[in-house]
Amino acid sequence: MASILEKLEKILEKLGNMDRRIIFILIALSVIIPLTLNLIFPNPVGAEPSRDMYEYVDALPSGSDVLLSFDYDPSTMPELQPMAIALVTHLMRKDINVVGMALWPQGASLGQEVMSSVADSLGKVQYEDWCNLGYKTGGGIMIVRLGSSMNAVFPTDRDNLSWDEIPMLEYISDLTSFDLIITLSAGDPGIPAWVMMAGDRFGVPVGGGCTAVSAPQFYAYLQTGQMVGMLGGLKGAADYETLVGIQDGQAVKGMAPQSIAHLVIMSFIIIGNLAYFTQKKKGGRG
Amino acid sequence: MNWEILGIWLGAMLTLCLYSFLYRDNPFYKFAEHLFVGMSAGYWVIYTIENVLKPNWWQQMFPEDGGFNWVWIIPGIFALFMLARIIPKIAGLSRMALGMIIGAGAGVNMVGFFQTNAMAQVKGTIISISSGGAWDIFSSIVLVVGVVSGLVYFFFSKAHTGIVGRTANVGITILMISFGASFGYTIMARISLLIGRCQFLMFDWIPTIPRLLGIGG
Repeated sequence: MASILEKLEKILEKLGNMDRRIIFILIALSVIIPLTLNLIFPNPVGAEPSRDMYEYVDALPSGSDVLLSFDYDPSTMPELQPMAIALVTHLMRKDINVVGMALWPQGASLGQEVMSSVADSLGKVQYEDWCNLGYKTGGGIMIVRLGSSMNAVFPTDRDNLSWDEIPMLEYISDLTSFDLIITLSAGDPGIPAWVMMAGDRFGVPVGGGCTAVSAPQFYAYLQTGQMVGMLGGLKGAADYETLVGIQDGQAVKGMAPQSIAHLVIMSFIIIGNLAYFTQKKKGGRG
Repeated sequence: MNWEILGIWLGAMLTLCLYSFLYRDNPFYKFAEHLFVGMSAGYWVIYTIENVLKPNWWQQMFPEDGGFNWVWIIPGIFALFMLARIIPKIAGLSRMALGMIIGAGAGVNMVGFFQTNAMAQVKGTIISISSGGAWDIFSSIVLVVGVVSGLVYFFFSKAHTGIVGRTANVGITILMISFGASFGYTIMARISLLIGRCQFLMFDWIPTIPRLLGIGG
């Protein structure tokens, strides 16, 4: 028994001094292998903020107007682009008018990519069912201005078409014209600015999606009812894809490598702790 | 030349150059890093001119239908004041521009920020612990105990001994659990980015290799 424990301690000691590059390789393999094998894990969606978001959008009547702000750039595309695709698909399937805009410069192009491709697949017409107003600088201060006049901030859309020439904007005057504002946020400006200015100041319901890094700080807005729902990181995107019924979505595909990589990381955290306490017990540096 | 394939190859090579740092620092990584910093700087200069200065200042001063709105000279002067920091003799002028930015920012945000992030959160903590099911009651108790004990931990005017010390210990435990949740979410975010890059390399880049070599159509 004593010899087995000694052997175990030696193994733990070796693992504790493992070259970090081996861990990198294992993490890489835990992502590459499931992707190669096209592994898809079941993604049950419970009573989570992503379901709240879905149910709120689902309850909107056809013909409602939704402002969708693409507040991210390519660096956070793996998390936020699948959310954008799932949300736009859901909105357009329900015949909801989608008005896109961006608080981040590159968000306007990423939003255009999503809206035009989903619209083409569902037979939706630009300027009648959807439009993209483009990027505007100013963050929160600009949102305050949107609260008094949308037209003043966006005299033209992204393609320089005049506001008055876009039929779907005929009855849009300011933020309160919208039934819901959705922000896909990678940082600042993003969810806090929309909640603070559009939600709390003008009383427009705000929902959104964000990167996993920033998700914990926004849970407070859900509990207080300042947000109607939230998609947090790749898991949130996978939840929405599942709820909307998007088969083989990017986020759902990403959940298998995500889960396996998490298991690898958790294993190393446990091994690292065991090695630490073993060394400490032996009187080492710990 | 097929620009799409060229773009994919550039992206793939730079991705591999950056990930090579995981092995150790090397010239490929340095090259990609410097290229990224340089291109970002150039990109943002042009983007700011085209998307901020032109539509929000220049086109306001010289509208398309002709004329000249002299009032837009004022923000132009303030913008020049910002650059005054470069010349030590007149560096003080930049304070005027900074003062205006900070003043306007504080004015717009102060009430809204306090309302959204303080008042609404305090109101959210004042809840009934007797409504809802068992889980709701448990959640409400955790919320109230967590907020109060967390605040006690940051109350330094009284020594953390006795009941105050024990409450502070509960507070730090709650804080540690929330840091753990944040750490978990951070890992999820980083792995998501790795998945995104792997998907790009495996499904966008690798399929171009046989095409370039003329294999498999």
